[in-house]
Amino acid sequence: MRPEPRLIEVRKNVLRQNDVVARALRDRFRAAGVFVVSLVSSPGSGKTAFLERILTLLRPDYRVAALVGDLATENDAARLGRSLAPVKQITTGTLCHLEAMMVQAALNGWDLNQLDFLFIENVGNLVCPSSYDLGEDLRLVLISVTEGEDKPLKYPTIFNSADVAVVTKVDLATAVEFSWETAYNNIQAVRPGMPVFKLSAKTGDGMDDYLRFLVTQLVESRQAAIV
Amino acid sequence: MHELSIAMSIVELAEEEAERRGVQVDAVHLKLGELSGVVKEALLSCYEMASENSSLQGSRLVIEVVPVVIFCPSCRAERPLSTVQLFCCPECGTPCSEIVQGKELEVVALEIQECAPNRV
Repeated sequence: MRPEPRLIEVRKNVLRQNDVVARALRDRFRAAGVFVVSLVSSPGSGKTAFLERILTLLRPDYRVAALVGDLATENDAARLGRSLAPVKQITTGTLCHLEAMMVQAALNGWDLNQLDFLFIENVGNLVCPSSYDLGEDLRLVLISVTEGEDKPLKYPTIFNSADVAVVTKVDLATAVEFSWETAYNNIQAVRPGMPVFKLSAKTGDGMDDYLRFLVTQLVESRQAAIV
Repeated sequence: MHELSIAMSIVELAEEEAERRGVQVDAVHLKLGELSGVVKEALLSCYEMASENSSLQGSRLVIEVVPVVIFCPSCRAERPLSTVQLFCCPECGTPCSEIVQGKELEVVALEIQECAPNRV
């Protein structure tokens, strides 16, 4: 008898291993009462400067820590260390994004119960990180005014997967003729209803609004965990 | 470029399933959402590399691209999105954030050669 092609149904998510670990992480984060924010942007948008500022501003009142992904260097961890918050570098080698397993491994030795906020800085890349859940409560996408207003339209997938957008380096907006309205509308086009913050990590302009937003999120997530 | 690691995960998953069922795979059928963050062409060329020297060597990857469908709260209906650069209802223009489909990255089936039942 001649062999016949036959289809066997499988229906399995390709990233199931990542998703299983991400779910376990999310459960751990929730149980420990730590609010987890991941940051994605293209290289050079100012993720590290933004995060250094956030850590420094939050540290007097909250217990904060950060994991930072990078292909090769440990420069970012050294920079973030200036905030005096605990920081751990995840060097990904040639990998262009973080995966949940890397986050899990990096958390070894840290007591999550001792934290209010954990920040995870992804590798600078607006494409690959979009597919990987890291167990975060909030995914933050960052664009700087020097990159132009059309970033959201060029990378709709990552913007659509994010929960909040931050436009940074607004101190340079005039010099590069950046249009806030255009950028805002483009973000809303690919992710209707997403909150957007406009700030400068360098001058501190707009940071207060963002910090208030973060603290509100922490409170709400802890209340939700109790209910 | 994360398509290679995705391709490796597909091979791993398919090998596992094939081994469990004791079958030889001719093709892996995959559903790939437009919002999955994975590029079809890149994935196809990575698949060849990833399956090399595995039990799936020589097998094909058959990709079905899944378009994005949103739920429009005004029309109270599911609508296909005309472009991923504008998440609005194509009928009434209402901004829509609820995604019904388009994020899939799923192995849906394995294609095998079935021999006569009396042969092992």
